[in-house]
Formats: sequence, C-alpha cells, structure tokens
Amino acid sequence: MAGAAQAAPGRTAVLRKFRLGNLLFLNLTRAAAVLVLVLLGGVMLALIEGASPALREFGFGFITSQSWNPVTEKFGALAPVYGTIVTSLIAMLIAVPVGLGIAIFLTELCPTPLRRPIGIAIELLAGIPSIIYGIWGLFVFAPFLQTTVQPFLISVFGPIPLLNAVFAGPPYGIGILTAGLILAIMVLPFITSIARDVFSTVPPVLKEAAYGIGCTRWEVVKNVVLPFTRVGVIGGVMLGLGRALGETMAVTFVIGNAHKISASILAPGTTISATIANEFTEAVGDIYTSSLIALGLLLFVITFIVLAIARYMLLRLEMKGGK
Amino acid sequence: MSNANPFYGRRKSRSNLMMGLCMAASLFGLAWLVLILAALIWNGFSGLSLDVFTQNTPPPGSAGGLLNAIIGSLIMTVLGVVIGTPIGILAGTYMAEYGAHGKLSLVVRFINDILLSAPSIVIGLFVYEVMVVRMGHFSGFAGAVALSIIVIPVVVRTTEDMLNLVPNQLREAASALGMPRHLVIRRIAYRAARAGMVTGVLLAIARVSGETAPLLFTALNNQFGGANLNGPMASLPVVIFQFALSPYKDWQQLAWTGALIITLSVLTLSILARVIASRSRQ
Repeated sequence: MAGAAQAAPGRTAVLRKFRLGNLLFLNLTRAAAVLVLVLLGGVMLALIEGASPALREFGFGFITSQSWNPVTEKFGALAPVYGTIVTSLIAMLIAVPVGLGIAIFLTELCPTPLRRPIGIAIELLAGIPSIIYGIWGLFVFAPFLQTTVQPFLISVFGPIPLLNAVFAGPPYGIGILTAGLILAIMVLPFITSIARDVFSTVPPVLKEAAYGIGCTRWEVVKNVVLPFTRVGVIGGVMLGLGRALGETMAVTFVIGNAHKISASILAPGTTISATIANEFTEAVGDIYTSSLIALGLLLFVITFIVLAIARYMLLRLEMKGGK
Repeated sequence: MSNANPFYGRRKSRSNLMMGLCMAASLFGLAWLVLILAALIWNGFSGLSLDVFTQNTPPPGSAGGLLNAIIGSLIMTVLGVVIGTPIGILAGTYMAEYGAHGKLSLVVRFINDILLSAPSIVIGLFVYEVMVVRMGHFSGFAGAVALSIIVIPVVVRTTEDMLNLVPNQLREAASALGMPRHLVIRRIAYRAARAGMVTGVLLAIARVSGETAPLLFTALNNQFGGANLNGPMASLPVVIFQFALSPYKDWQQLAWTGALIITLSVLTLSILARVIASRSRQ
C-alpha cells in the first residue's frame, strides 16, 4: 500500500512530462509545416512589393509592351514572355512523345533485368544540374546545330512559304530553337519517370484481359493503359511544362539574350528567367530592378498555375487508384 | 493461321512499328546522357590538376584554380542543408504522424509540391528582396538561406513518404507499452525510417550543389576566397557561369573542369542515395 502511494506522485510527474513533451513536439512540427506555407506566401508578397514600382509605372501595358530600354527606362514583358512560351512549346513537342515512348518501353517491353538500370540512367539525367546542360549547349550543341542542322533546315524550308519565315537564317547556333531543344533534353527525364510511375498504376488484370481477347501490345497501350492513366499523364506533362517555363541557367547560355520577337525560331531571343539572370546584377535604377522583379512575379504566377493544375491532375489519378 | 489473316497481320505490324518507335525513343534518351558525360569528361579532364584545388580563381589571362569557388560552394551547401533539413524533417513529421488527413497537411502537401518545382531564380529574387536589400550588401549567408529554401521541400517530401512506409504495428506496439506519441515518433518511427530520410537529405544536397540561379544575386561572387559569410562569396556554379561566357580560353577551361567536378559529385551523391535506399529495403 505504502509503495503504491509513493509511486503515484512519481507517475503523475512522468505523465505530465510526457504530455508536455508531446505538446511541445506537436507544436514544433506544426510550426514547421506552417512555415512552408509562410515561405510561399512570403515569396509572393516580396515579389509583389518589389514589382510594385514598375507595375505602377507601366500598369497593364507592362505585359503588352515589347520595348525593353534601360536608357529611356521603358520596360515591357512581351518579348521575354513570348520567348518563354515558344521555347517551352518546342521542348514539350519533342519531350512528350519521346518521354511517353520511353515510359511505354520501360513498362511494357523492356526485359525485367534491364528495367532498373535504364530507369536509373534516365533519373540520373534528371539529376544533372542545369548549368551543365548550359555549358554543354553553348560549347558542343550550339556549334553542332550551327554547322549542320540549321543550314539544313534553312535550305529545306526555304522554298516553302510561311515555313521559310519560321526557319529564316542566318544560322547563329544559339537562339530560340537551341534553347527549346536543350529544354527538351532537360524535361525528358521528368516526364519519363512520372509517366512510368503512372503507367504502373494500371491494374494488371485490365491489361491481361485485353491481351486475353487478342489485343496486340500497341492496342493494349492505346486502349487500356493510356485511357486509364490519362489524367496522370496530363499531370506529368504539366509538371514538365512547369520545369521548362522556369528553367534558367541552361537557357541563359544558349538563348542569345535579344529583347525582340522574331518570326524565325533560329533567331536569338530571350526568356523571363534568362533576362533576370543576365541583367539583374547590372540593373541600375529602381524602375529597371523593379521591372526585372515584376518579370519574376509573372513567371512565378504562370508556373504556379501550371504546377497547381499538374498536382491536381496527379491527385485525381491517385484517388482513382485508391478506390 | 494468323498469317492467313491480313487484318491481323496489319494490326501486328502496326504494333511492332509503335513498339520499335518506343525502343528508339529510349535509345534517343540514353544517347543524350552518354553524349553529355562524354563531352564533360573529354573537356574537363584535360584541365584537372592539383592547381585546381589549391589556387584561387585567376584574373583573365593567367593560370589559377577553383579553390575559393569550391570552398564557397561547400560552406553555403552545408549551411543551407543545416538550416533546411530540421525544418523539412519537422514539417514532414507533422504531415505523416500528426495531421495525416487534416486540412493543414493537405494544403501544405499541395504547396510543398509546388515549391519543389518552382523556378529557383524566383527564390533568388525573394532572398534578394528580403535579405540583400535589407542588409545592404550581397552575402554568403543570403546564398545559404536561398539554398535552404530549395532544400526544405525535398526533405519534407521524402520524410513524409518514408514515415508513411513505417508499419503502423510498430507504432501501436510502442504505444501499447505506454510510450507517449512524441517518443514513439522519435525513437521508433525515425529509427525505422532513418535510411530513407538520409536518402532524402543526400538528394537535397545533390540538388542544391548545382544550383546557380538562386546564388547569382544573393552570394554574388568573390575572386579572393575567404570564408566571410557576411560578404560576397564565390561558388562553383556561379564561377562556371561567369567563366564559360567569357572570351578567355583559360577561364573556359576552368569552367569545364568545374562542371566536371560538380557533375561527378552530384552523380556520386545520387548513386549513394540510391544504394542506401535499396539496402534499407532489403
């Protein structure tokens, strides 16, 4: 009896300590989780604050104006926005079919022992820092394009109206097309690894049933795998697009940094991120700096929307798989 | 029998064609990896010497090394990971252990995934606005903070995923023995998920050590070494950027060598991370 009475106060003390410790840890982790939200909000607010002088000065015209003149301090975002969109489009045109092809190869065709090494190799491609793509693009890829691919494109499309404006020379090597191609190589692994994960969510029973009634491999992919995973594939593509839109260093090396909109995709141009990377440390004057931050804000808003759609799509597929 | 049916033959050759294209796509994808690595090794190795690791970045036209850039990169990466990892682990813990299905976790998960692929140059602008402008000068510390913001979402994601893989029976057994929740998490769940969480941190280091854009206008550059966190600090990626775009042959050679060093360390880190992850699974 006496022993139990003595143990009781000790036990309450320990229990209180436990409860306190638990409360502390819970709130600590919750604070860290909230901090992630605060970070995103902080990024948004800081960019809006930094961009406000330029936005007040130019208003809505900032997005529709093509001029970029540090001397007269007239700035417009149209040329970088155009470059960003066109380079990303070129990248997606190449990376989406190739990436899906690799994913189909990995999930449907590849002999099992080869699956892991090839998958890892593709993911290593995703791990290479973008500056490496940049230096490679500048010293190896651009000269190669300049001497072989671009003259070929110019001569082939030269006689065709409309297309000869798109592929008008001279071959600089660097330019919109080169940037788009480098982006394609960079985005490829992201699209591939997501498409592979998404394809592997297809229940084997569905595929086996299709094979059972005599479908060929391609028919299984086209009629079972792709329809089942459509939402997830779109999500993966949007995620790749988000990467392509915001990619900085690789593009900065090979885009040529020219603030103009040319009909030819062989001409130099610029993108939002390349403009910021090239000019921010040299920008003098509040309006110039503020215009660059406004570009950053624009980029952030665009990628935020694209990435949010991507995540929503992937979440929808996840819920479908969970059912 | 199937040969006799022209309809089936057409379907089959169509299938073979598409599958052939898929295989070609895979070769195409792998070819880039080989081409880029080959160019890096070809151009980078010729400049690799002891000087690279013992001398500071040179003025144009003279010989030198990358010592200050390597040291700056190491300092900022370590500091960025030291700041970012605890925050990331705690946030990931909350989402996996406390509020797995709560509203807060749902929102944080969504936002974290967006931060994970947000353009890193925007993070640089953010830190410039918040730190560089307020402090009045560029600093290595601002660079480290920018890197830590990139570390956080990577660590949050892997921590949550890895904690979710820990079987619930372990937690239930510990709780049944009277262990309070926070000790269950720290002594049981963390220990079971340790290898996965280490993998996440390694991947974060790999991601951060090649980041250039967020350092361009936070840490800037510094030609004369020094480990002063309060002043501008050199880093490998920024030096590569500057040297590669210069017209000087010596600088371009150093840029290639620096690129080789970064790529090799990033690849080593990612392979190490994979080895740890796959060993823990067995």
